[in-house]
Amino acid sequence: MVNLFIRSLWNRRGTALLTIFSISVSVTLLLGVENIRKGVRTSFSSAVSGTDIIVGARGGSLQLLLYSIFRIGNAPNNLSWESYIEFNNDKRVKWTIPISLGDSHRGFRVLGTNQNYFKYFRYGSKKKLGFSKGKSFSKLFDAVIGSEVARNLNYQLNEDIIIAHGTGNKSFLKHDDRPFKVVGILRPTGTPVDQTVHVSLEGITAMHIDWESGAPPMEGESLSSEDILKRDLKSEEITSFLIGLKSKIHVFGLQREINTYKEEPLSAIMPGVALQELWNILRTAETGLRVISWFVLFTGLLGMLTALLSGLNERRREMAILRSVGAGPSTISFLLIFEAVFLTFTGILFGLCFLYITLFVSRPLLETYFGLFLPINPPSFKDLFLLGGIILAAMFMGIIPAFKAYRQSLVDGMTIRL
Amino acid sequence: MAETILDFKNVCFSWKNSGRELLNLPELLVKQHDHVFLQGPSGSGKSTLLALVGGILVSESGTLKVLGTEIKSLSSSARDSFRVDHIGFIFQLFNLLPYLSIEENVILPLSFSKIRSKRAGRTKIDQVKEAHRLLKALGLGEQLAEKSPVTELSVGQQQRVAAARALIGNPELIIADEPTSALDADLRHSFLDLLFSECKKAGSTLLFVSHDSSLSELFKRKISMDEINNKVN
Repeated sequence: MVNLFIRSLWNRRGTALLTIFSISVSVTLLLGVENIRKGVRTSFSSAVSGTDIIVGARGGSLQLLLYSIFRIGNAPNNLSWESYIEFNNDKRVKWTIPISLGDSHRGFRVLGTNQNYFKYFRYGSKKKLGFSKGKSFSKLFDAVIGSEVARNLNYQLNEDIIIAHGTGNKSFLKHDDRPFKVVGILRPTGTPVDQTVHVSLEGITAMHIDWESGAPPMEGESLSSEDILKRDLKSEEITSFLIGLKSKIHVFGLQREINTYKEEPLSAIMPGVALQELWNILRTAETGLRVISWFVLFTGLLGMLTALLSGLNERRREMAILRSVGAGPSTISFLLIFEAVFLTFTGILFGLCFLYITLFVSRPLLETYFGLFLPINPPSFKDLFLLGGIILAAMFMGIIPAFKAYRQSLVDGMTIRL
Repeated sequence: MAETILDFKNVCFSWKNSGRELLNLPELLVKQHDHVFLQGPSGSGKSTLLALVGGILVSESGTLKVLGTEIKSLSSSARDSFRVDHIGFIFQLFNLLPYLSIEENVILPLSFSKIRSKRAGRTKIDQVKEAHRLLKALGLGEQLAEKSPVTELSVGQQQRVAAARALIGNPELIIADEPTSALDADLRHSFLDLLFSECKKAGSTLLFVSHDSSLSELFKRKISMDEINNKVN
């Protein structure tokens, strides 16, 4: 009986393969969307952990989160060093990490900070940053680069790099009179840290000496690096800073204080809350994608139904022969339901293979171009539940041709003449 | 006294929706080892009669016993297995499943019938041997050896494969429904000769249905549908 089923299906392998293919594509899409959705969420959530409050110039909380943590977009304004020191010295604060943005190196953002960054910054499940080569910056023109920067630009330690003014990939204004030297390469984190060039706050200031007008100094007026070292390189402004508290109890109190700070208009956000805001915005797009993938799945199943129904007429003779050798109408309709389930099941298997191959192939690409780290997990319980549902749906769809075949074989009996 | 294979008494059948009577058979008796030629033009109720014997259709009134079993008393799935256990069918055309090999087509009924499976041989190998014996006896040894696909066989060869399938496992009754109408005149006779001799060897009764009266002289017993069917037109 099973042999008979396989041979019969093999005889119609063209249509069968197309059906399997269309179902597998829809399954890939359905699970792929779900996978990317989850991947984006974990990727975003793991980029910042252990930070209680992010502070920046007055602006939208999402914007602040995006530019300070994800290096997406730009800050509307800077905040003064005095404000930073004020909150840095607050009794409730355990640590702060200053962040100064605005320059780039060949498309990668440059971030000015201090040693606290390597001491207190956490990602993923409260993991600390580590060095794969070298050490933290100690001199003025030292730089520490993320793993992706090193990999992508093929940088080793002691490489001289020139930082461009502004954040574009093709900036014309370069700080080429003051090259930096790579002294450390960070271990991969799967977060935006990998795509960042870190320098000291003093380095950022030094770079911009004589740039007060926003343009490079005139020829001959540029200070030599030796002269710069003699200057007072205290920062006047930073872009934002992260705060870690001694006790979480103070989060709301301090947040309110910062938001109502008299000296300067500031915004304080909690990363988790801002992320939630991000999810709310992304939800529409996610729903759209999910609806589309459901429709694709529906189309796939409908295609199978069409194939089964149109095949019925050609198979009348086959069924009449089977009836003459003792197959009942119920056996014949069972064969059709079984075929629908079999095609769908095979489609799902192919779809899963397809999905995982795609994930494995696309992972490095997504990481390089979008900084998106997709975790590859086996199908979750929910996925399996979903796939079971698809098989069930296929079974119900199989009932339609099965019922038709049942009626046909009752009417035709064994003596169909074509 | 030979055993009774078919026993019709006052069997009536009409389509439910039209109410038109297709068959009204006061009496028909077929004994074991009979070779019966059932002749009648199309529309004379031949197909209905065969469907009733095969348990595809069920009569409204009267009794119809096949091998002593009242067909009406069986459930529909019991009728399906009764059919394959005791009756081998040969149709006019397209008897074979194109995706099975010659021998697979022949042993097809065995996977649906324990009784015939047992009679054909104890093991699968024995059953295949029996299929080969039948095919060789029907003159298909060459095609079997070459493993020709059934779609490449001539119509006459296909009909002989169908005959082997009907005969395997020695069912009590062979029903041949116009098996020769697609064959040339000289092929018809040789086909019938083979069918007769194999039916005799298997001990099967043959019910041969045709509108072609030229074949009737080869049969011991002839029945005309028009004579036995009292349907009201």
